[in-house]
Amino acid sequence: MKLPAVASPRSFSAGLRRQGRAGLLIAVLLALLGFALAVQVRSNEASALPAARQEDLVRILDDLSARETRLRAEINELQVAQAKISASGNGTDAALQEARQRTADLGVLAGTVPAHGPGLSLTLTEGNRHVAAEVLLDALEELRGAGAEAVQFGDNSGRRVRVGASTWFGDTDSGVAVDGAHLKAPYLIIAIGDPATMAAALNIPGGVTDTVRQAGAGLRIDQSRLLVVSALRPLQAPQYARPAK
Amino acid sequence: MIAAVALVVGLVLGVILRPTVPIWLQPYLPIMVVAALDAVFGGLRASLDGIFDDKVFVISFVSNVAVAAIIVFLGDQLGVGGQLSTGVVVVLGIRIFGNVAAIRRHVFRA
Repeated sequence: MKLPAVASPRSFSAGLRRQGRAGLLIAVLLALLGFALAVQVRSNEASALPAARQEDLVRILDDLSARETRLRAEINELQVAQAKISASGNGTDAALQEARQRTADLGVLAGTVPAHGPGLSLTLTEGNRHVAAEVLLDALEELRGAGAEAVQFGDNSGRRVRVGASTWFGDTDSGVAVDGAHLKAPYLIIAIGDPATMAAALNIPGGVTDTVRQAGAGLRIDQSRLLVVSALRPLQAPQYARPAK
Repeated sequence: MIAAVALVVGLVLGVILRPTVPIWLQPYLPIMVVAALDAVFGGLRASLDGIFDDKVFVISFVSNVAVAAIIVFLGDQLGVGGQLSTGVVVVLGIRIFGNVAAIRRHVFRA
């Protein structure tokens, strides 16, 4: 601040006094300004809302309401999408699992997958004469009738044949041909199913056991809790038949 | 010099005392502060120009603050308080810029 250029001491001191009063006033004003500045900055830091006007508050409220509505709509959409996705995921999983289960079941029936479970292990030894193919066929029919689910024929040489829908038996010079595999006695038959039912079916008077005995052969029946049918049938795609819808 | 000291004292007091702004003053205080800042920068410029006058400064300071408050009050009564305070801030801001530019020319000669 510039002091007024004064010549005389008297007027200078008067000027000073005046200057002092005005300076005091200016100081008070600036102190007020500083105070207000600090207060305003602080109250602004705390929150802008209390200082806002009614119309501003209404506008802010409107904005927030609109935003809330938008976000709620978005939440709904996303929830629907999530429900859809999880539902389809569950459906796919369930369908896949069912399909796998079905494949396994059909594979056991068709003989394309190994099977294990309780069942009978039969050993058919021949006497003086060859066992005829009909005897084996009878045994198989009896086993099937008693609920055998997976059956395999084999002999001591390690040849094994899984029985399927198209299995055939034929007599050969040395024994029996099953699906083209030449087996020799003793025949080893493994059938998975209810052991007691199948054993009872075989032992019926006039049944397989009697027939075998009459043919001069021997049949040993072992019931077992866990047998493995490991022989497989090649899967042949049907040439003519097509699934009908 | 004494003015700067007073400003600092006021700032420190405001920080230390932490008073709450009364509700009725809340819309006006920021505008009043900006108006006072305008007056202060104007005074600073005048003192650098060598034409500073105590009376002019005090009157401009008080009237600036009062007019700013009155304009905002009127605006609130008319329902255009928000827009009017924005306008006041813009005008005062322009003035502050002009004053600061003049001060800058004095201080840096550029």
